[in-house]
Amino acid sequence: MAEAKSSTPSVPLSIHRFAFFLSCCVVLLLMAGALVTSNDAGLAVPDWPLSYGSLMPPMVGGIFYEHGHRMIATGVGILTIVLAILLARSEPRRWVRNLGWTALGLVIAQGVLGGLTVKFLLPPPISTAHATLAQLFFVTIVSITLFTSQWWQSDLQQLEDAGSPRLRALAAWTTVSIFCQLILGAAFRHAAFGILPHLIGAVVVFALVIFTGRTVRKRFGTVRDLRKWGILLQSFLGIQILLGLAAYWAVVQAIHAAQPTSVYVTLTVAHVLGGALTLMASVVLTLSCFRLIRRDATVSVAAGTPDSRAEGFRA
Amino acid sequence: MPKRFLFFPSLLLVAYLFSACAGNSPQKPAAQLPPPTRKIDPVTTGSVAGKIVLQGAPPAAKPIDMSAEPFCANRNTTPVLPQQVVTGDAGSLANVVVYVKDFPADYIVDPAPSMATLTQRGCMYDPHTIALRSGQTLEIKNDDQATHNILAMPSQNPKWNRSETPGAAPIEEAFAIPEMAIPLRCNVHPWMKSYVFVFSHPYYAVTGKDGQFELKNLPPGTYTIEAWQEKYGAQESTVTIGPKEKKPLNFAFSAASGVGN
Repeated sequence: MAEAKSSTPSVPLSIHRFAFFLSCCVVLLLMAGALVTSNDAGLAVPDWPLSYGSLMPPMVGGIFYEHGHRMIATGVGILTIVLAILLARSEPRRWVRNLGWTALGLVIAQGVLGGLTVKFLLPPPISTAHATLAQLFFVTIVSITLFTSQWWQSDLQQLEDAGSPRLRALAAWTTVSIFCQLILGAAFRHAAFGILPHLIGAVVVFALVIFTGRTVRKRFGTVRDLRKWGILLQSFLGIQILLGLAAYWAVVQAIHAAQPTSVYVTLTVAHVLGGALTLMASVVLTLSCFRLIRRDATVSVAAGTPDSRAEGFRA
Repeated sequence: MPKRFLFFPSLLLVAYLFSACAGNSPQKPAAQLPPPTRKIDPVTTGSVAGKIVLQGAPPAAKPIDMSAEPFCANRNTTPVLPQQVVTGDAGSLANVVVYVKDFPADYIVDPAPSMATLTQRGCMYDPHTIALRSGQTLEIKNDDQATHNILAMPSQNPKWNRSETPGAAPIEEAFAIPEMAIPLRCNVHPWMKSYVFVFSHPYYAVTGKDGQFELKNLPPGTYTIEAWQEKYGAQESTVTIGPKEKKPLNFAFSAASGVGN
């Protein structure tokens, strides 16, 4: 990762903008996928890859959600191909090019998993894997957006962190815990597990996020790029916990309802998106820590570079 | 990242997905039963008959919102209520499945009728609860000018999901293994829900709005009779039937006891 440190971006800003646009499209795709589950429309189209044997079935009832999800997914797939090709042509850093191809592999795998959920009638393990891979794909695109930003490619003063635990490690473990928590949440949503593992996961994530945010504030409170993502991470988590409580209430209320209610759909979809945004904030904070903080510091720095700004990457 | 670090997680993922897919296959009966040998003497058979009632006021139900499908909304000119609890006069309870729970497997019983029919009409299932024999054909008709999918999610029999467009030939399926309360639903119209009961014998009935049932031609003996209702669960009672005896049996579900109340 250390190869790109010139003040002039090595990759055109247009690619970064394209990756940012794709990140937004993936959020839309996540929302469409969550709408399918919340509206119980996962099997409204019994065939795959076509829908009722055609490319455009009547968009009514559950077909609207399921086929709409497939259409958005197709669009995201095409955009990912374009991104991978753009990176292959213009990106000098091999690992970023490889990340582009990885994103493409992930979106293809995700499409296949989506097909398997239809073919095997939503078995909880496959549905959970589909929901989990969606989050992984999302943060991969977000990472590419960050890596192609002007900020990432500019000369940045390296900070030192002699505290224990190191912020780099702490942020990384927080990200891992959030990702695991998303798996547990998906498993609960798709009836693979009960709610208990997800609740325990919430406690772990809460503790780690608070600890990470506090560490950022105490050690790097004047480093805008770290402080900003630390605050965002804690904010998303707070919203997410409230959404989680509300969504669980909605799930209990909806168990004996004749059909999914708008309250249930809104809260559960928002909770899924909240999870994705929390993971995104944690991933960006972690990567920013790896970008800004030296790996092997010996001297503790109470306050980092005050003027370290993210100019290229949009918050 | 070195390839060896990716190999084992990939292997685990493939094994996980394979096991998940394999889990969809139907379960086989634990052991093959010997063929039935005991004949039923029609001269000595008796019956159990009675009524199912709901004690207390039935839960208030909100009309189904069919606006997601214009055909369904236009087809039903009056509000359609969910079929979870349907009552008639004096609290009589419909859609209750009453059956002999422990009918001896060694009796030779009448062959199953050729077909049972479930109709999709006005974006609702008619009947809401259906009972049939193992191996009997379940015919599913679509009387609507709307596309339905029919998703059956049994635990003992194979799961299936089929689409039925307007005017298409009826779908025909069968369940080989006796199984209770198989959920059947349409994901295009998520309010469409039904239950299928599959029996190895003919001693079952589904109540209509009058709540009445009769289990005829039962050979003398002692039986456990179960009554199952979608919201209120199951109740059972033991009856002993003598030769040619007609035994009365009533069940009363409490409106306050329903799951989710």
